[in-house]
Amino acid sequence: MSIMTYRQALHDTLRAEMLRDENVFLMGEEIGVFEGSYKITAGMLAEFGEKRVRDTPIAEEGFTGAAIGAAMLGLRPVVELMTINFSLIALDQIVNHAAKIYGMFGGQSKVPMVIRTPGGGGQQLGATHSQNIELYYAFVPGMKVVAPSTPADAKALLLASIRDDDPVLFLENLALYNTKGEVPDDDTPAVIGKAKVAREGKDLTLIGYSRMAYVARQVAEQLAESDGLDIEVVDLMSLRPLDRDTVIESVKKTHAAVILEDDWLTYGIGAEIAASISDGAFDYLDAPVRRVAMAEVPMPYSKPLETAALPSADDVKNAIRQTLDAVGRRR
Amino acid sequence: MTAQTRAPRKKTGQKTAAAQDSTSGANTVQDSAKLLDFYREMVLIRRFEERTARAYTQALIGGYCHLNLGEEAAVVGLTSAMRDSDYLFTNYREHGYALARGIDPNEVMAELYGRADGVSKGWGGSMHMFDVDKRMLGGYGIVGGQIPLATGAALAIDYRGEDDVVVCTMGDGTTNIGAFHESLNIAALWNLPCVFVIINNKLGMGTTVDKASAEPDLYKRASAYRMPSERVDGLDPIAVAEASQRAMDSARAGKPFLLEIMTERLRGHSVVDPAKYRPADEVAALKDLDPVHMFADRLKKDGVLDDEKIAKIDEEVMAVVAEAAEFAEKSPFPDVSTLFDYTYATPVPNDSRRLPGQPLFDPAPALNEGAAK
Repeated sequence: MSIMTYRQALHDTLRAEMLRDENVFLMGEEIGVFEGSYKITAGMLAEFGEKRVRDTPIAEEGFTGAAIGAAMLGLRPVVELMTINFSLIALDQIVNHAAKIYGMFGGQSKVPMVIRTPGGGGQQLGATHSQNIELYYAFVPGMKVVAPSTPADAKALLLASIRDDDPVLFLENLALYNTKGEVPDDDTPAVIGKAKVAREGKDLTLIGYSRMAYVARQVAEQLAESDGLDIEVVDLMSLRPLDRDTVIESVKKTHAAVILEDDWLTYGIGAEIAASISDGAFDYLDAPVRRVAMAEVPMPYSKPLETAALPSADDVKNAIRQTLDAVGRRR
Repeated sequence: MTAQTRAPRKKTGQKTAAAQDSTSGANTVQDSAKLLDFYREMVLIRRFEERTARAYTQALIGGYCHLNLGEEAAVVGLTSAMRDSDYLFTNYREHGYALARGIDPNEVMAELYGRADGVSKGWGGSMHMFDVDKRMLGGYGIVGGQIPLATGAALAIDYRGEDDVVVCTMGDGTTNIGAFHESLNIAALWNLPCVFVIINNKLGMGTTVDKASAEPDLYKRASAYRMPSERVDGLDPIAVAEASQRAMDSARAGKPFLLEIMTERLRGHSVVDPAKYRPADEVAALKDLDPVHMFADRLKKDGVLDDEKIAKIDEEVMAVVAEAAEFAEKSPFPDVSTLFDYTYATPVPNDSRRLPGQPLFDPAPALNEGAAK
């Protein structure tokens, strides 16, 4: 066990997998000479050379598609898309090709590839650079989408993603790269498709993934201190497949749920979770399921507007308090 | 204009000596008042960008911030060939273009500061400046995103039988994305009045052109679309102005043009990039490849400029820049109540105006009563 950043966990895991399996190679913009826009691939070009650490032209559709083709022949490409916003240029290759090839050809060709990409707003990057559009990929059967919130989960899920035989979109987050946590030394992969209870509690279930799971854990600790509340936190970890059972079991225990999202509310991943809770735990609910999500606007650059558009910890706390008030259960 | 791709006028544009022969061209810029205007505008961009870098380190500017340092001659030369009614689409390295198109430096700086008086009302920031009156139709943040848009604007001009031209600038790395090739093909097929301009500073972030482009002579890519093209020394504003005039004339006559302007990037990709990946000798050589200094030396040699005039221009420009920073700092931030003002141009029922902490529905009354007990 050692303490390291989310960034370091990703770097070390990528490197270990490169050493373990020569079929694993990296492609992306600025991952070699520049050492990665967010330095996940620092030192990799020097260690592994240009064959396995490939700086690509700015051509997301081209190199993502090329990774799919290489995966069809049995290589295990790990593509870095500089941010998830730029994945839109590769959308056709991901949705119409990576996700379809196994099924469309009757299971004859696997596509064992990983697309690593960070989401994240709140950095004043404006409308086209602040989105969290993992939903677009989580919507598509054939894709797997994972979203770790801790350094340990980043390691375990990246191991699982690289060793998986399907295309995996591996969601990172700009605001998580410098967060620290304990990371186990052994390389046991996570099980893709499983959520986890990140904090046990009995008063209310707080649900999130990626940065919002991190926020959920913080808020739960703060509310334990300030309000004496005992909040259970469910970290979804995998958006497709979605582990509904873990969510439902938690809500059956707490009878109330608040869902956190880093992006727009309407048609979002929170909507799917809320609908699932309605299906699976309707009779157990003491209050309506509440969602906390971004205001539905193209993200403005100006700081006060951006701050207003994004959910804050206070927004989350108020939603929790109001939900508990609604059933007269708050102490 | 010939439909064929031209041979390059020079192998590369980075040698100072090569600039001289361009003064004998057909569209010679010789008027000394105009030369001084060029110089003043280049100095304005230089000082403005230096002030921008300082404001960024003072956290007065946020997000990404890409500077035009080293690109001053290209910006000034290119925009000098544009009429006021011509349109410009550009990318996220665009402060200099905004200034050169005549947008008030106060409004450009206020935009960088995210203030209500900014040219995009604080909504866009460094990467997204837009001014309808000055016909600057945007800085765009997605590489290549502006190229189809520019092509479409040229289509609108052609459709309406107008004689304006659209100028679309991009970096060297942008020529590898699909949108570049799709747009050049469409523009050439439909004879659209568009000048595509590659600002080739030889670096896409840390990737050199030869590492990213199988045909590193980027202007030659036009030949795939039978589009005329040319490469020009982008450290020489006069050469750029003349080449740009040829490109504009071609486009105005219905023949889209690809112009490659060879420049230098004097700093990192963005303000926060120390550019450690650049070889030391290459960085050292930049001292002699500074377009502002080079142009000053040349104008001095030609008797157009002297040290006194240089100092005076600098003083005037510094006052403009200082005023812009002061204006920006005093300008108010956009009010939070305006957050939902620009989601839709046509008001529509059920448009979400929910803030992040607000519930979709108020709690049911019965539950409220229960809570009260």
